[in-house]
Amino acid sequence: MRLTIPEHEIMTPGHLACQGCGGSLGMRYALKVFGKNTMLSIPACCWAVIDGPFPYTSVNVPLFHTAFETAAIMASGIKAGLMVQGKDTTNVIAWAGDGGTFDIGLQAISGAAERNDDITYIVYDNEAYMNTGIQRSSATPHGAWTTTTPVKHYKKGPKKNMVEIMAAHRIPYTATASVGYPEDFCKKLEKAKNTKGFKFLHLLAPCPTGWKYDPRYTIKLAKLAVQTNYFPLYEIIDGIHYKQTMKVKERKPIKEYLKYQGRFKHLHEDEVQFLQDFIDENYGLLRTKLE
Amino acid sequence: MKKTMLGNYAASWGAQLARVQVIAAYPITPQTLIVEKLSDIVADGELDAKFIKVESEHSAMAACIGASATGARAYTATSAQGLALMHEMLHWAALARLPIVMTNVNRAMAPGWSIWADQNDSLSQRDTGWMQIYASSAQEILDSTLIGYKVSEKVLLPTLISFDAFFLSHTMEVVDMPEIELIDKYLPPYKPEYKMDVNDPRSFGALTDEQYYYEFRYKMQKAMDEAVDVIKEAGKEYEKITGRAYNLIHPYRCEDADMILVTSGTIAETTNVAVDELRAEGKKVGNLRIRVIRPYPKKEILEVVKGVKKLAVIDRNISPGYSGIFSQELKSALYNEVDIPVRSYIAGLGGRDVKIEDIKDMANDTLKNDAPNDLIWKGVKI
Amino acid sequence: MVIKFQNNDKPVRITGAKDMPPMPAALGSMRQNKTGSWRNVRPVIDYDKCIKCFICWKFCPEPAIKIVDELPVIDYDYCKGCLICAEECPKDAIGFEKEGK
Repeated sequence: MRLTIPEHEIMTPGHLACQGCGGSLGMRYALKVFGKNTMLSIPACCWAVIDGPFPYTSVNVPLFHTAFETAAIMASGIKAGLMVQGKDTTNVIAWAGDGGTFDIGLQAISGAAERNDDITYIVYDNEAYMNTGIQRSSATPHGAWTTTTPVKHYKKGPKKNMVEIMAAHRIPYTATASVGYPEDFCKKLEKAKNTKGFKFLHLLAPCPTGWKYDPRYTIKLAKLAVQTNYFPLYEIIDGIHYKQTMKVKERKPIKEYLKYQGRFKHLHEDEVQFLQDFIDENYGLLRTKLE
Repeated sequence: MKKTMLGNYAASWGAQLARVQVIAAYPITPQTLIVEKLSDIVADGELDAKFIKVESEHSAMAACIGASATGARAYTATSAQGLALMHEMLHWAALARLPIVMTNVNRAMAPGWSIWADQNDSLSQRDTGWMQIYASSAQEILDSTLIGYKVSEKVLLPTLISFDAFFLSHTMEVVDMPEIELIDKYLPPYKPEYKMDVNDPRSFGALTDEQYYYEFRYKMQKAMDEAVDVIKEAGKEYEKITGRAYNLIHPYRCEDADMILVTSGTIAETTNVAVDELRAEGKKVGNLRIRVIRPYPKKEILEVVKGVKKLAVIDRNISPGYSGIFSQELKSALYNEVDIPVRSYIAGLGGRDVKIEDIKDMANDTLKNDAPNDLIWKGVKI
Repeated sequence: MVIKFQNNDKPVRITGAKDMPPMPAALGSMRQNKTGSWRNVRPVIDYDKCIKCFICWKFCPEPAIKIVDELPVIDYDYCKGCLICAEECPKDAIGFEKEGK
């Protein structure tokens, strides 16, 4: 029996995630790597509900629920409180959705990154405000249906490149990850755990409810996102050294990824081609930075 | 040891004596000196604390909450716009039952930009669940910080200490700094029962539906009720070690008064002088300084005013659409208890000076008029 | 007086304010919430086909697959029936049936 990720479970089942939730899987992996000596700062997002209502919890590590825009700074405050009490080794993780990171939480994450506060910030990106009912965020990809970008006015404009924004702060460690590749994610979690300073991990977390697909395909989509170069897996050291962690020999066409998802089914061929061109251009830009 | 210092620096030294462990603050006039002094104090090794130079006041309060949740003593300071920006997190700190102490320099809300004295900023936060103190001297700012932590850590509610911009923040007074060894006995290290602890992992602040939320509010109110006595005891204990007494209200020459002025902040100190002058003229007036408005000292106020013929409240604030806020609170405390006419004066908004003469005018106006009045504008240029 | 954390799968009993901490601090575990009741379909592992790669265990979001005597075993108290395990099994060793009970 050979397991490719740590065996020990920290999180218990019984939580309130939807069937097939990518964000739930992400937390399971993060806690396996970081272990019990960890504290979480979680703002308004799906996980604010998933962990369970008072008086229950499911993560089995100290978790402070915080206001929507404060995931990063709450983590910084927790870390500072621990450090002044000599508890320097406890890992502090800000665990937030894309809304609380890319949009309302942008000020706080930029502040914490600029100060190089010793925390790990993991955004589990399901590409919309899912907890409040699938409204668009700046992480919503071009072309997607959401309740605030209905089919007649689907979301136009590229997904905000949060990874580049974080790298621009010259933080020690930035990385992308996908729940479809847990070994890669766990390696990056381990690196973050052993690095001092501000670490940012952008995790793609497919959402059956919001992306409108059969829950059984969560891993398939999490892999296709990478295999189509829509969501390349790479890491950035000190904001300047780019390294791809999963090479894609021949990228799959984006329509392979889109075809499973109800949120894209309204797109015509020319719109799909527009997306394809954008992905190829974006990936080309990334390649110029890779070492 | 006696030193002359600015009101703002009294706040800084209060935090130093309290051995605060995490400071998260953002600069705003006229609070800046507080945090600049604290930066020096920390850099000089006179305080073992982490100072997070946050990127906004909202983040300042969030950082204090995070630190306090782990069991560290947390502190911040702000003013007006900064306090307003923190509003959401003020609710958070109080409902999370965290004993954070914050000093606020009472400054007028914008627009137009005003950096001068006005109490609307802190009074707009009245319903957040924070205990609120209005200080009248630099000494009181320092002392209230220490008493503040002692009370907060007992009842698990945060404390807001407010004092007037420039009149107190930027004037120098003689302040007696107690020996830190004395304060260490008065204020031992913070040891919370519930805190973020990897050996007792819990979630804090999870989804709370109608089954439980009501009871959390009930518990908060009970803590406020308990705080009245805790404030008195903490004040008495402080008096034993420093000789300085602090209470929820500070009456001055009220025992045989026919008319009592009800005041707060720097206006209250000036009113003491006005009272002495009026008394010298043969008028039996007194001054009731309200120091703590949350928890509201209803019983204590009634004790003082019950025999008096008239009351005059001076508010350096206004709740637009009604009247001065100290006045409204006073009248609701009197209702069903005693029937005393109250004349409510608004004065000094936006930092306009309220001189001894102005206070005597208001006092004489009340002495001459038996009718109550919901709102009298003192000194407004129509 | 700190109310101790009840670390089991039983509901927490709160009759009123006196059974509650000052702030919403957790008193029990979500293990008391048996999410198996959410299922419409239930995955079933065919152990004749299972090669013990544990990919099913790896990808379960709950997690509702335990490792017992070096075999993956589905915990039907919690399995929500997402069928990620069935989809990802490299040997098609996980079938499913309608949830009858």
